[in-house]
Amino acid sequence: MRRIIVIFAAIMTASLWLGAAGAQGKELYIYNWSNYLPPDTIKRFEEQTGIKVTLDVYDSNETMLAKLQAGATGYDIVVPSGYMVRTMIKQGMAEKIDVSELANFKNVMKPHDAPPFDSKSEYSAPYMWGTTGITYDSARVPGGKLDDTWKEFFEPQEALKGQVVALNDQVEVWNAAAYYLGLDKCTESAEDGQKILALLEKQKPMLAMYQSSGTIDRMVAGEVIAHHQWNGASHRVRAKLPTARYVYPKEGISLWGDHFVVPKGAPNVENAKIFINWMMDPKNIAEASNFTGYMNAISGSDKYLDDSLKSDPAVNMPAEYAARLRPTKDCSKSSRELRDKVWTRLKK
Amino acid sequence: MGGSAVTKQMLRRASLIGPALLFIGVFMLIPIGLMAYVSFLERGEYGGVVWHAYTGEAYSNFLFERDLDGSLLLNTDYLQIFSRSLGLATVTWGLTLLLGFPTALYMALQPERLRNLLIFLVTIPFWTNLLVRNYAWILLLRNNGLIDGTLSHLGVTNEPISLLYTPFAIGVGLMYSFLPFMVLPIYASLEKVDLRLVEAAFDLGANHLKALVRVIIPLARPGIMAGSILVLIPCLGAYVTPELLGGSKSMMIGNLIQTQFGAARNWPFGAALAFVLLAMVLITMMIYTMRSKRGPEPAS
Amino acid sequence: MSRLSRNPLMRFPGMAPVAGFAFAFLYMPIFVLIALSFNENRIATIWSGFSTHWYGVVLGNDDILHAAQNSIVVAVVAALTGTLLATIAALGMARGRFRGQTGATAVLVLPLIVPEIVTAVATLLFFVLIGFKLGLLTVMVAHTVFCIPFAYLPIRARLDGMDPALAEAAADLYANEWQAFRRVTLPLLWPGILSGGLLSFIISLDDFVLTYFVAGAGATTLPVYIFGMIRIGVTPEVNAVSALMLAVSILVVSLSWLIGRTQR
Repeated sequence: MRRIIVIFAAIMTASLWLGAAGAQGKELYIYNWSNYLPPDTIKRFEEQTGIKVTLDVYDSNETMLAKLQAGATGYDIVVPSGYMVRTMIKQGMAEKIDVSELANFKNVMKPHDAPPFDSKSEYSAPYMWGTTGITYDSARVPGGKLDDTWKEFFEPQEALKGQVVALNDQVEVWNAAAYYLGLDKCTESAEDGQKILALLEKQKPMLAMYQSSGTIDRMVAGEVIAHHQWNGASHRVRAKLPTARYVYPKEGISLWGDHFVVPKGAPNVENAKIFINWMMDPKNIAEASNFTGYMNAISGSDKYLDDSLKSDPAVNMPAEYAARLRPTKDCSKSSRELRDKVWTRLKK
Repeated sequence: MGGSAVTKQMLRRASLIGPALLFIGVFMLIPIGLMAYVSFLERGEYGGVVWHAYTGEAYSNFLFERDLDGSLLLNTDYLQIFSRSLGLATVTWGLTLLLGFPTALYMALQPERLRNLLIFLVTIPFWTNLLVRNYAWILLLRNNGLIDGTLSHLGVTNEPISLLYTPFAIGVGLMYSFLPFMVLPIYASLEKVDLRLVEAAFDLGANHLKALVRVIIPLARPGIMAGSILVLIPCLGAYVTPELLGGSKSMMIGNLIQTQFGAARNWPFGAALAFVLLAMVLITMMIYTMRSKRGPEPAS
Repeated sequence: MSRLSRNPLMRFPGMAPVAGFAFAFLYMPIFVLIALSFNENRIATIWSGFSTHWYGVVLGNDDILHAAQNSIVVAVVAALTGTLLATIAALGMARGRFRGQTGATAVLVLPLIVPEIVTAVATLLFFVLIGFKLGLLTVMVAHTVFCIPFAYLPIRARLDGMDPALAEAAADLYANEWQAFRRVTLPLLWPGILSGGLLSFIISLDDFVLTYFVAGAGATTLPVYIFGMIRIGVTPEVNAVSALMLAVSILVVSLSWLIGRTQR
């Protein structure tokens, strides 16, 4: 018995070393959200450029940031949201790659070509952008329609009590509450914090749960009637549940964007630039949009976009809602502390 | 017994315990030491820490918060979260013990070939992934889920009962995850129990219950202790199962600390919370060890 | 021992039903999980027909297979190393009392007590500090650390209360201690070692937080891969890969059982 174990262990160890030794040649290590880059697009990139891509996943901006801040290296591309890009640049964690000088940069639509956190596009390139609103099943709502206000979320009507899910994300929930109450989402005032806490505490018993995972399946399976959700996920819900509708609340809706950034000390910077440039091509980015359900920032891509994307107001935002968009911001230390305190007190 | 024999024994002991201690020493103690250092630092503006700015703020934040005028107010939020986790861990421990002990005893009484098979059988379900197992439980426990459906089909219930997103669901989920960690140590301890002792007890007129309580349980005590530690302590830090099965309306210690390294970006506080937890557990273990030293010693 | 356990008095009433319930309890979600891997619909709660489609997806998905392979390799190495270190440590600790015993126990059990996220960030900071390049090896090292207490406690429980006279008698009968160990102590310890080894194995297989932080690029394990999927939604692909892992485990168990039989 023991001999078997020893032989087994030896084989395992040997295969490990062999596996590790095999990695040579043109490579690119991408660190991304799960299911956020179409596998077919990656294959095409590999075929066209001969660069082998390895994809690793993370489940939130913050954990990715924590890992990079603790000093992890080895990734050539990460995909942080806008406010995280600012943090990375300020902390010297982003490599200066002068995206504005890449060949396909001319395709980038305004205003995405000069975002506030990287006005000269030296560090980041836009990937997908989206909003966080509310998805509901119009077939199960009295009157077939919810008003476009956060009130339906924070003070749900009778039929929706216990049938609404909030994202288990302190930033998203806090932002929505701030918009509804007309407060600055980066407030540092304890009084504002108290108001938000009161609103959230009133809402809590009427929620089914706080959950950020499996939002699409939950809506499609009809487990709940309304869900705090990202618009791309909402689009995927609608593909399976045609009566799903997306709400752009009038008090304000978070606008976020995900960007390609090359972390400082990346092993394959040149390959990363090739990839970023490649993804600014209208055809390639359209493939990504079709796959993820989110809008991109490259002009000329709409002729390659699926009709279902173009006809879904969740993704293709009607122009009249533009005034409701609120770009995400990275709030100050004390604001974050206040937010965390409120969240902890809400859930204690 | 000459001095050299004693030294030889000490050396032998050191060479046996040494490797494990060294491994943990290098790859655990030093990193934890780093974290202890971090807990006394100021949090960075964007997350992370400011490496040379010292403050005890992280620790005082556990119990106190600053009022608008700067004075310290008692803040019981974190204490409540700690005590909730503790309560949950204790209930899980009790349930796994109740279910696990008879199971371990049953296994120990089987013929030898069957015994080894049963050990594997206990752990095979855990070759799957935690998330997948939790999702299976969600399916079983939800409204109109498999359990609810079966019960109403059999006519036991009329309305769909809500088992999911309740403390009950969390308890079931945690008990499920930790059952092998109670069963196997108790089994390992019980399997060597000299059944002649038990037979002797029967010969002296004891019934099953007395034999159990007076002979078997005391002999299984090391296993029960080991199992209890392996269940209770990791359960204190559990957060995936409570989040998925409980609806995330209440926070556990695990979520709390996790958030400090995530959305809150407050590393010193996260580290401080971990050390408070560590201190509580170590102190409890020390008190227990000291009290059991003073009590009657089991043959060892 | 087996003669005694066939003694009807040994059949404690109530133990069998409880044990039966425990095993049923352990396997109930597993059956659900396997059944769902054959669900045609990607949404678990809607059954739309029997299909082996997801198994095809898994076998064609290099990333998930690579992650599963990494998980198994790490778990095997970590469990073996951890159990080995734990076994000799338990032997060393069990020989009566000595100064620093409580301290040594505290250190051995420490990986259990520190919350995983803290261990994860701390270990990463440490690895970066000493320039240990992140990869699969860093994962194995980190896993071995927490495997040690999981293996140590059952082995120690087994040793406690074991008659020391047995080991001494064996030492008297045989020429050296190593033989006494192999012929007497090891077989006696075996249930403890097996229990400890298996527990470390399953705890390593499921580990997410620590692995996430200390894994190098390209060194994803299955839990990290699966956890990354939960935002968008977990497909039955994950059930299929879990069912495949189950098949592997049953294969391993059957093999070792068969080998055990031929040795008798």
